[in-house]
Amino acid sequence: MTNPVQALNSARVRGWLYQALFLACTLAVAWYLVSNTLTNLATRGVATGFGFLQREAGFEIGESLLPYSASDTYLTALVVGLLNTLAVSAAGVVLATVLGVLIGIGRLSSNWMVNRFATLYVETVRNVPLLLQLVVWYTILNRLPSPREALEVLPGIFLSNRGMKFPVLVEHAGHGWILLALLAGIAAAIAAVRYGRRHREATGKPFPTLPAVIAALLLPPAAAFITTGAPLAFDVPVLAGFNFEGGGAVTPEFTALLIGLSVYTAGFIAEIVRSGILAVPHGQTEAGLALGLSPGKILRLVILPQALRVIVPPLTSQYLNLTKNSSLAVAIGYPDLVSVSNTSANQTGQVVEAVAMMMVVYLIISLAISGFMNWYNRRVALVTR
Amino acid sequence: MSKHSPADQAPIPTAPVPPAHWAASYEEEPSQASTPPQANGMTALKPFGWAKDNLFNTPLNTALTVACLVLLWLVVPPMANWLLLNASWSGSSEACREAAGACWSVIVVKHRLIFFGTYPYDEQWRPFLACALFVAMLGASGVRAFWRPWLAGAWALTLVGMGVLMWGGVAGLTYVPNDRWGGLPITLMLSVFSIALAFPLSILLALGRQSSLPAIRTFCVGFIEAMRGVPLVSVLFMASVMFPLFLPEGVTVDKLLRALAGMTLFTAAYLAEAVRGGLQAIPKGQYEAADALGLGYWQKTMLIVLPQALRIVIPPIVNQFISAFKDTSLVTIVGLYDLLTAATVATTDPEWRPYFAEVYVFAGLMFWIFCFSMSRYSQWLERLANRYTRR
Amino acid sequence: MTETAIIELRKVGKWYNSYHALRDVSLSVAKGEKVVVCGPSGSGKSTMIRCINRLEAHQTGHIVVDGIELTDDVKAVEKIRRKVGMVFQNFNLFPHLTVLQNLTLAPIWVRGMAKSEIEEIAMMYLKRVRIPDQAHKFPGQLSGGQQQRVAIARALCMRPEIMLFDEPTSALDPEMVKEVLDVMTELAGEGMTMVCVTHEMGFARQVADSIVFMAEGSIIESGSPAEFFENPKSERTRQFLGQILEH
Repeated sequence: MTNPVQALNSARVRGWLYQALFLACTLAVAWYLVSNTLTNLATRGVATGFGFLQREAGFEIGESLLPYSASDTYLTALVVGLLNTLAVSAAGVVLATVLGVLIGIGRLSSNWMVNRFATLYVETVRNVPLLLQLVVWYTILNRLPSPREALEVLPGIFLSNRGMKFPVLVEHAGHGWILLALLAGIAAAIAAVRYGRRHREATGKPFPTLPAVIAALLLPPAAAFITTGAPLAFDVPVLAGFNFEGGGAVTPEFTALLIGLSVYTAGFIAEIVRSGILAVPHGQTEAGLALGLSPGKILRLVILPQALRVIVPPLTSQYLNLTKNSSLAVAIGYPDLVSVSNTSANQTGQVVEAVAMMMVVYLIISLAISGFMNWYNRRVALVTR
Repeated sequence: MSKHSPADQAPIPTAPVPPAHWAASYEEEPSQASTPPQANGMTALKPFGWAKDNLFNTPLNTALTVACLVLLWLVVPPMANWLLLNASWSGSSEACREAAGACWSVIVVKHRLIFFGTYPYDEQWRPFLACALFVAMLGASGVRAFWRPWLAGAWALTLVGMGVLMWGGVAGLTYVPNDRWGGLPITLMLSVFSIALAFPLSILLALGRQSSLPAIRTFCVGFIEAMRGVPLVSVLFMASVMFPLFLPEGVTVDKLLRALAGMTLFTAAYLAEAVRGGLQAIPKGQYEAADALGLGYWQKTMLIVLPQALRIVIPPIVNQFISAFKDTSLVTIVGLYDLLTAATVATTDPEWRPYFAEVYVFAGLMFWIFCFSMSRYSQWLERLANRYTRR
Repeated sequence: MTETAIIELRKVGKWYNSYHALRDVSLSVAKGEKVVVCGPSGSGKSTMIRCINRLEAHQTGHIVVDGIELTDDVKAVEKIRRKVGMVFQNFNLFPHLTVLQNLTLAPIWVRGMAKSEIEEIAMMYLKRVRIPDQAHKFPGQLSGGQQQRVAIARALCMRPEIMLFDEPTSALDPEMVKEVLDVMTELAGEGMTMVCVTHEMGFARQVADSIVFMAEGSIIESGSPAEFFENPKSERTRQFLGQILEH
């Protein structure tokens, strides 16, 4: 019934037309790029597909959390790279959070000197490129003396241009039990904190939470330690020839990356913590004071629950940034995912596959982190309504 | 506990009872004639009183102050000695070896390399002039009074002028291919061009993300999230190794342009999120009013929505520019010769190898000056914006 | 200056940097007395009332509340804050807690009361401010008038001997002012000691035992509502009343 000209004026029809046009253009561009790429690959004689993953990689990787040798496959090499990325990111997240929270609180301190120090830190660290900072840390670590003249920063801990060496416990059957006891202690401590809070709410009477937590954390491991015969033998690194033997070690690459990432990200986290706490209106503190709550309780019961809502979303995106920034490892030779993918791409020529895999892995990590953030926001939003 | 600025409880004016809306004025209130009491030691003996209030008011604060003082004592004298007192300012690397402090002569000797990379030595006045022009324009763009249409024209002229200076080949200037460019010009140009090119793209992406058409929305969301989900390094790798594959045989794109394309796409995704923030900050009533006036989609967008949204997003754009400026240092990974690469090259000269710290301190300072002044500028813009929106 | 004064301010002075906010303010409030404080904005009314529970520290003079002098002694301040309830202009309810949790927080953590016990009391107060059905909502879901009534109930849950009101109705829409004033009037009828900073002259006339007029950081005059409204002594007061009663 409707004539075609009138149909063109329908918002719905127009919508479909625009989308069809857009899709057609996108597909045309994509087809053009793909066909060019295929032609180019064919003329260069490069294979396509993911078959290369099963072939022998043929290159060594400086450090690995898995047993790895040059005769392993590309897939194993990439997994090693991914684990290295995750390892340095996880350690960096913990360190950056601790440092960032401390500095953020320092930025709020009424102590003029602490305040200035924290500001100086934030303004310096955030305004110099991370890559420059990484290169500086790496250069410093590399120009440390050789193992023969290693610096003994603490008894048994040696710093040299081969990285950091530190004593590790000699394995003993008792350690499992001690660890188990410690885990039980942590569980008991958490239970004590929750019980203390519930007890307080139910009866209004204080519960000795702090002593209970200390007891729960210390007593079970101590008991396990004594009953298993106090197994406390250390494997201390000793200088043998040109390098150390025994003990545990981290490479200069890992250390430089860890320090650089943590120091840089901490500057951003500090600002997030600061603005989160400042976002809670002063009236909240006043209302708490007027009700007779002590400053500590105001912080715990009124300020922090509100500030955390503001802090957590940008904090997660900082964690994500840290993980992505760990890809700068490639500049200082830490074998992370990007660096291993890069080597693989150079060797096989299968650039498209290597880059695609690398991007997909990062996307998965990002989606996981932002999934957590959305979950948290939903949980919090329910309460704020 | 958070410390709140005294402005929170700023006294409201008294005396000749000004109209109520004056109370919200930002101006400092004129001080009253009488002075605070001297008796209780709050302000008596000013410096001591101040130190007591700000540094030693609680045991914890006293401990922290002492710790800071110790840290200062440990850090400042050796740093001052190294940086200034014992430093050697000129002469050869032998003179440096004898001095206990920093070797600033390395900067004196290498500054041309750090700033301009491998640009032909005798022609380096050209990148210098180009950078000076550029920085002057950047400074001028920060002045609100200059935010007029002619500024865009001035920028276009500047860019043409820079191109002439850098490439040459006309007006008696010898031709310098852009693989000889390096140092500061690369850093400046990559950051400014990537922001400038990313900006229009980001507006389209942000509008697309808000679009009611699912195909367009999905594409924009997918692009933005994908770019934001991966590291810049991987985007740069993609740009440097995959672009040549995308193009028909025989067509080549220069390394600098490839890196620029990668940075632009990456920056556009982040900027799009900033622009989206601005779009969402516009009250629904504005859209309704535009619809009620009978404006079409593009009229509504261009006349009502964008002018308001872009005003809001200027500070985030400046912040994104700071990020882009710092991120240009990553192009060293794909083999471009930016400021950081030039600095690293300077430290590899065997004669000056021990003095890497000086070179990095210098390069860091360059970056810091740009980033710090821009971040201050963006804070100032934000305060300005808040002043206008505050009632 | 009577023996039974529960709040006593003697020559209280306060400065913000060089700005003189309170000038030798002296005031005494007897047990059960209702005092309304009024004056132009910036006259120091809020500062004075906030000095009474030491949200602001005074710098000269003395403030004695229920026999305890306010100094920087933390314990004394805590004691006084338990006796003095306060209602703010902007309510300052805790947005992350439900109405009921807002009411029970301080009694549990400061008074050491059991949750079951205080919840019963809290519900009683919510009934008295006529919003028992909102107990499990969050403050953001309530109207301004309801929020302010919750704030009053929250202060009452601490069983205070004195209530301070800092412009409790000035952030409210006109139709909500009455519901809050009704609750305050009822409270006054029960013999609570009250100090209210307010511009609600109808409330002042009906409820106040005395009215204090402040300007430029000093008390210009004080007296019974009858005297104050019918026969103001100073020119400044007349001018103020003229402005405020005009419409």
